[in-house]
Amino acid sequence: MEYQAKELFAKHEVPVLPGSVVETADAARAAAAEIGGQVVVKAQVKTGGRGKAGGVKLAENPDEAAEKAGAILGMDIKGHTVHRVLVTQASDIDQEYYVSYLLDRANRTYLAMASVEGGMEIEQLAVERPEALARIPVDAIAGVDAAKAAEIADAAGFPADVRDQVVDILQKLWTVFTSEDATLVEVNPLVKTPDGKVVALDGKVSLDDNAEFRHEEHAQFEDKAAADPLEARAKEKDLNYVKLSGEVGIIGNGAGLVMSTLDVVAYAGEEFAVDGHSVKPANFLDIGGGASAEVMANGLEIILSDAEVKSVFVNVFGGITACDAVANGIVHAFELLESRGDQVTKPLVVRLDGNNAEEGRRILSEFAAKAPEGLIEQVDTMDGAARRAAELAAAK
Amino acid sequence: MAIFLDENSRIIVQGITGAEGTKHTQRMLKAGAKIVGGVNARKAGQELDFTEFSPEAVLTVFGTVAEAMDKTGANVSVAFVPPKFTKDAVIEAVDAGIELLVVITEGIPVHDTAEFWAYAQSKGNKTRIVGPNCPGVISPGKSNAGIIPADITGPGPIGLVSKSGTLTYQMMYELRDIGFSTAVGIGGDPVIGTTHIDALEAFEADPETKAIVMIGEIGGDAEERAAAYIKEHVTKPVVGYVAGFTAPEGKTMGHAGAIVSGSSGTAQAKKEALEAAGVAVGKTPSETARLMREIYQKL
Repeated sequence: MEYQAKELFAKHEVPVLPGSVVETADAARAAAAEIGGQVVVKAQVKTGGRGKAGGVKLAENPDEAAEKAGAILGMDIKGHTVHRVLVTQASDIDQEYYVSYLLDRANRTYLAMASVEGGMEIEQLAVERPEALARIPVDAIAGVDAAKAAEIADAAGFPADVRDQVVDILQKLWTVFTSEDATLVEVNPLVKTPDGKVVALDGKVSLDDNAEFRHEEHAQFEDKAAADPLEARAKEKDLNYVKLSGEVGIIGNGAGLVMSTLDVVAYAGEEFAVDGHSVKPANFLDIGGGASAEVMANGLEIILSDAEVKSVFVNVFGGITACDAVANGIVHAFELLESRGDQVTKPLVVRLDGNNAEEGRRILSEFAAKAPEGLIEQVDTMDGAARRAAELAAAK
Repeated sequence: MAIFLDENSRIIVQGITGAEGTKHTQRMLKAGAKIVGGVNARKAGQELDFTEFSPEAVLTVFGTVAEAMDKTGANVSVAFVPPKFTKDAVIEAVDAGIELLVVITEGIPVHDTAEFWAYAQSKGNKTRIVGPNCPGVISPGKSNAGIIPADITGPGPIGLVSKSGTLTYQMMYELRDIGFSTAVGIGGDPVIGTTHIDALEAFEADPETKAIVMIGEIGGDAEERAAAYIKEHVTKPVVGYVAGFTAPEGKTMGHAGAIVSGSSGTAQAKKEALEAAGVAVGKTPSETARLMREIYQKL
């Protein structure tokens, strides 16, 4: 979010306007009083288009700031509830610019982008006026020194009166990018104020989850309030889970296979559309190569507590782990859930294939025979199992 | 023949003493791979007994990759090193001049990968890096460098390149009666060493490979670039599969690189690009296998 980006900017001495993040109207009044003069009250949500949605307001004095903050807090912007607002000094703007660093996946390096035509959506600028957006590759080892920063600034055509400031800011933003393990650092707009100062007015920083081990301080940026409650619970249990909107709960092993499972279920779901509403996958859940009983139980628990879910599709390919171990994992998962007081009532369709599949299927059949009628079904192929899971969800 | 890895490959394991390193060294040996040593600076000099898995496998742990190569004639390394040490392990292997380095480790910060990739380039790109966050390379019946199960299928005329591990296994399983020359798991991270294009180029040049399966997923534009490459340079039949049609925008789906950003990186765009290049793209893994089977029967 904007204020988090600005905190990281400030930490690395990128010039930003004074401001503070508050969660109540009273606190907004105090913040505005401290800043003095005109302030801007801005909704802090993880989405663009805040201005258009009425989430950014100018206030002439502290009382007005409190009133505007009161109106913005609790507002819904594209499905995100506003829990915080940023109260920041209002600034007149002479010029708006754009700068960013990002990962260039195709070329396996970094890219600096800069333009003296800031303010608009950069995707739009890139399409409409590509010549106005300088793109300079940055070597991961050489990085951005004064000379490289000057190359970027000059490629974008920054005028002489701001060039030195921009060169300095570009080097500091590079420090943000590398030392914070960011995959994106974007300032839009970077502005020139009437007194000739260049400041980062708004920005965005995306951090690399894989680098969390060397950035304990980044944990504070996690937006627990805005996260889906099921996703939050899954995260606590170290599960790789993404909540979607649908009726068939999905558990599988391996990211690629699970993505593929979602697709196959969605295709099958079209066949069982009721009143034009087709059955869809309810989630992404990758339990990994090991597929232990505990992970399986934790995964099932999350999925079964999703009120939308009507059937569950467990799709496992025994590669490293043999299918008999996976089948035992499912059996133990049921026992674990029962011992926790959770009775499994939604039907499960299981497809086991690969290493030791026959033994795995035998173990599950034996277990299914003892379970309530129709609670556990096995289908040998992924397509067939997806179809059955969709059919069960549609029938409910 | 096969690509990247064959019966003459002499393999060392970086991180051989760790739990994953030990487990998969056992599995690779059982699969017939020539594992000739391991590397761990803190356990240098130890002798590890793997004779249960391969009769003569008493492996020495060396302090450095360079020493291991010098003493064993190794030309391939498989790295099972924790994420925070992987960058240094890769740089060490590149400095030692290893021919092929397979990086299995998942969860490496992308800045570290970008840095070791840039480093390998600056050293003349002499080491082929596969991964990170990948299942490795297998040439069935010849050798195995990584974690792909060796018992799914045997040697045959199909070459496979995939971002996903389990979809690789699934596809090998579906086509197990035909068999594979080599399967290359290139990994699902945003920055990887060997790409779809690198593998396609090698399969095109490999006389043993008669047809190619290419598996992609959402995120980035590697599949689109592979499609352009196929159109220009690949004469062998290619069958494709792309996972993630139902993935929502802005959510990372398991693999760090699997994310649709705005309108870019979608499965639909990748499928269309591949089809425009003459690649038959399956709607599901089984349909993809069926398409390959049809092609194989006409070969």
